[in-house]
Amino acid sequence: MNGQVMLDSLPLYAHGMAVTLQLLLAALAAGGLLALPLAVLRSLPSAWAWRPVWCFTYVIRGTPLLVQLFLLYYGLAQFEAVRASALWPWLKSPWFCAVAALAINTAAYTCEILHGAIKALPAGEVEAARAFGMSRAVTFRRIVLPSAFRRALPAYSNEVVLMLHATALASVVTLHDITGVAREVNSVHYLPFEAFITAALCYLLITLVLVAGFRAAERRWVRPLAAR
Amino acid sequence: MLHGYGLSLLQGAALTLAVALSALAIALLLGLAGALAKLSRSRLARAAATVYTTAIRAVPDLVLMLLVFYGGQMGVNALGERLGWAYIDIDPFVAGVLTIGFIFGAYFTEVLRGAFLAVPPGQAEAAQAYGFSRAQVLWRIVGPQMLRHALPGLSNNWLVMIKATAIVSVIGLSDLMSRASQAAGATREPFLFYLAVGGVYLAFTSLSELGFAWLARRLATGNRVVRL
Repeated sequence: MNGQVMLDSLPLYAHGMAVTLQLLLAALAAGGLLALPLAVLRSLPSAWAWRPVWCFTYVIRGTPLLVQLFLLYYGLAQFEAVRASALWPWLKSPWFCAVAALAINTAAYTCEILHGAIKALPAGEVEAARAFGMSRAVTFRRIVLPSAFRRALPAYSNEVVLMLHATALASVVTLHDITGVAREVNSVHYLPFEAFITAALCYLLITLVLVAGFRAAERRWVRPLAAR
Repeated sequence: MLHGYGLSLLQGAALTLAVALSALAIALLLGLAGALAKLSRSRLARAAATVYTTAIRAVPDLVLMLLVFYGGQMGVNALGERLGWAYIDIDPFVAGVLTIGFIFGAYFTEVLRGAFLAVPPGQAEAAQAYGFSRAQVLWRIVGPQMLRHALPGLSNNWLVMIKATAIVSVIGLSDLMSRASQAAGATREPFLFYLAVGGVYLAFTSLSELGFAWLARRLATGNRVVRL
């Protein structure tokens, strides 16, 4: 083990952690905003509403994230129309493409998680809301979604940790996240064990913080649902 | 349609499938060993299995793959130098299969442990009372019953695993993904080729889901279905 090199490259890793966290937060925020309306559509009785959403989640969940990322980052540049469009300054940036691919990916998984939580809602709660004269929109806002969010929390915590791991793929499109830094340190100093084990410890640290946060959130919001 | 790269992609797809299936065999063996260790009376075995599943599941696949590929290369050659071997190049296929198998062994450990616990203990006790040996109890009584409980978890992890094979391209295996990259570079039509890769993966995952649905029906034979 070469401690001095690792000590010297710690600032690089700190910077990599910041990039990883930015990717994670941006993707989770965008993906969550996308997932919410999709999950509602996915849960409506009309086939015109749920079938397109089902197709979207089926395709996204059935293909590797790396392929989706490459389609966005390398694939779209193939078309002259894309390169001429106003979106091109964003679409040629690896950061934007990585966040977009991660966001689309997590939107599909989060949509299915929320849909499962909505489906698990006891029928009596919806019937009671209807008996009180609530419209469908009000029922969703006041009854269905608050309860679904709580039920979805344990599964969502898993999804967040998987998303953290998925951000490592951003290093493949040249971003300097934790994995990107580790790959550079390895190629400069040829110290694979030190470089990648330090990266692994960074991810472990973030995972532990995330898991602790979700545990606290579950105590606050999920435990009151449990039978007493 | 694919500018003559169809055959090359098909060979890449076969290689990807070979990686996935070989990794599955390793992951199942490791998962079985891990589950038995977690349920064993030896404290050392339990601790080792816990470290294995916790550490693996907290670190991204890509980081582990790079660690095994570059670190393994260095480790093997450091060992080889002492024993007087010639320089050994680690094969990306072997590194990929070993890493993916090793990673998903941790996930299978949890699935199989849960399935073991789902089989009523009276079954194993009854078999022991009839004079079955411990191996026979596992093979004839507990194994077939736990397969039914393990199937949903196994199918989920298999789908994640087959998609994870896409990252083997990063360490230079000429699998489906890296062949598509070559073709994309030569023809300047990356969208077309990555779309084709996405289609192949979607076919793999769809066929797997059909297969698992059939298997689930078969293994559920003789199970009473309760309608709510």
